[in-house]
Amino acid sequence: MNTLLPPNWRPTASREALIARANMLTTIRQFFAEREVLEVDTPAMSQASVTDIHLQPFVTHLVAPGQTPELPLFLSTSPEFHMKRLLCADVGAIYQLSKAFRNEELGRFHNSEFTMLEWYRPDFDHRDLMAEISQLMQLVLACDGCDSMSYQQAFIDYLGIDPLTASVAELQQVAPASCQELAARETNKDTLLQLLFSIVIEPQIGQLRPIFVFGFPASQAALAQLNDDDPRIADRFELYFKGIELANGFRELQDGSEQRRRFEQDCAWRAAQGLPIPPIDDRFLAALDAGLPACAGVALGIDRLLMLKLGVSDISEVIAFPVDRA
Amino acid sequence: MATFSTNEFRSGMKLMLDGEPCSIIENEFVKPGKGQAFNRVKIRKLISGKVLEKTFKSGETVEAADVMDVELAYLYNDGEFWHFMNNDTFEQLAADEKAIGDNEKWLVEQDVCTLTLWNGSPISVTPPNFVELEVTETDPGLKGDTAGTGGKPATLSTGAVVRVPLFIQIGEVIKVDTRSAEYVSRVK
Repeated sequence: MNTLLPPNWRPTASREALIARANMLTTIRQFFAEREVLEVDTPAMSQASVTDIHLQPFVTHLVAPGQTPELPLFLSTSPEFHMKRLLCADVGAIYQLSKAFRNEELGRFHNSEFTMLEWYRPDFDHRDLMAEISQLMQLVLACDGCDSMSYQQAFIDYLGIDPLTASVAELQQVAPASCQELAARETNKDTLLQLLFSIVIEPQIGQLRPIFVFGFPASQAALAQLNDDDPRIADRFELYFKGIELANGFRELQDGSEQRRRFEQDCAWRAAQGLPIPPIDDRFLAALDAGLPACAGVALGIDRLLMLKLGVSDISEVIAFPVDRA
Repeated sequence: MATFSTNEFRSGMKLMLDGEPCSIIENEFVKPGKGQAFNRVKIRKLISGKVLEKTFKSGETVEAADVMDVELAYLYNDGEFWHFMNNDTFEQLAADEKAIGDNEKWLVEQDVCTLTLWNGSPISVTPPNFVELEVTETDPGLKGDTAGTGGKPATLSTGAVVRVPLFIQIGEVIKVDTRSAEYVSRVK
């Protein structure tokens, strides 16, 4: 730190941006109140965490009377598991506006902590939920609706390749010049698909209106059910607008044993990569075993939504104090 | 061999890519909510000057380039090399034609230039932002024209040609911005 200057204490967001944020949150709460979706508040710290191989949670330790040894607690990367436990307890349609914390993510579109809107709709499938998200987008962004396109079609249109049948070698060949070397040494098909999607497809789609991309490969199902008609794909969708990934949703997986199998697969991969292995969330799995109602759910990044609404290019312009000034 | 992780990337950092030292212009972190993180980097190759984009998987490491900038005073040209000297240590360095590039016309004896060294050898020479040079050739100006409307070409002592106001005469010394090759003012 420069000792001649006092530390910069000022917010990075303008007063106008802070007002727009507050107004947007009010609009969102009204949207759900009108639809009788209940606002809930689940823990920011959890005894278990996600196994997702691409999410690195922050860890802290609980020090309390009678608590020896200290209990590791994981900062929530999303409120998904807790909210699904509420669904399993028959609380009904719920939403939450909360902070999510993700380590090793920082950039123009990433802050280590960010505001997430997550909601779940019993008796909705992913299509019903996409329709509801589209209504919210029209309300918040004043757009005239959203487009949609399958994951498979996006690859066919922008890269001339079918992502569901293409081999690793074929995917390596369609990589643009800036990614050729990386693609050539990458042998994981999902990583190649994610590279091509992020670098080639995402910057081009949804420039005029937000666009849903649905039907992600089954290997990237995360917590989504596989499609009933085509098991090569999962009922998972993402929403993009002007090159920004806004939301990720699922027709939610209800099968506890399948969920456990996916968690264990993640942990095996983590072990092979030498990454920390978080404890599997047994409370969440027990809730699934007790029964998750058929439902669809989605997580949407509030800071990015505000960036789009205000037309700004850096997340620090919509956050009072980003992590480097926190 | 020194390396940098993608987490350390920032603009100005010097990397070795395809056997050529490069400088990072822009580094963008790209990560899907569910999926692998990447760094999309815009780089300038320091020898060819080419600008290109390259994508790395976040967490990868890249070889660092042993590149540094030094401030040296220009001494003279011996016909093949341009010689520079460190004014503190009196150490001298010679730069070849490739490193000098188009900048020969801005080299003024005793002016301090920035030399970019790779493994100790100059790969580029950046002249000071402003240099003062004598006008050796220009059309005679119109008498009484002091507003400098229109302008005219003038050849300077180093061979550089810049547009100057009409009142500038042969033998005058002018100040020039080397970045834009534009006339700034007359030096009295």
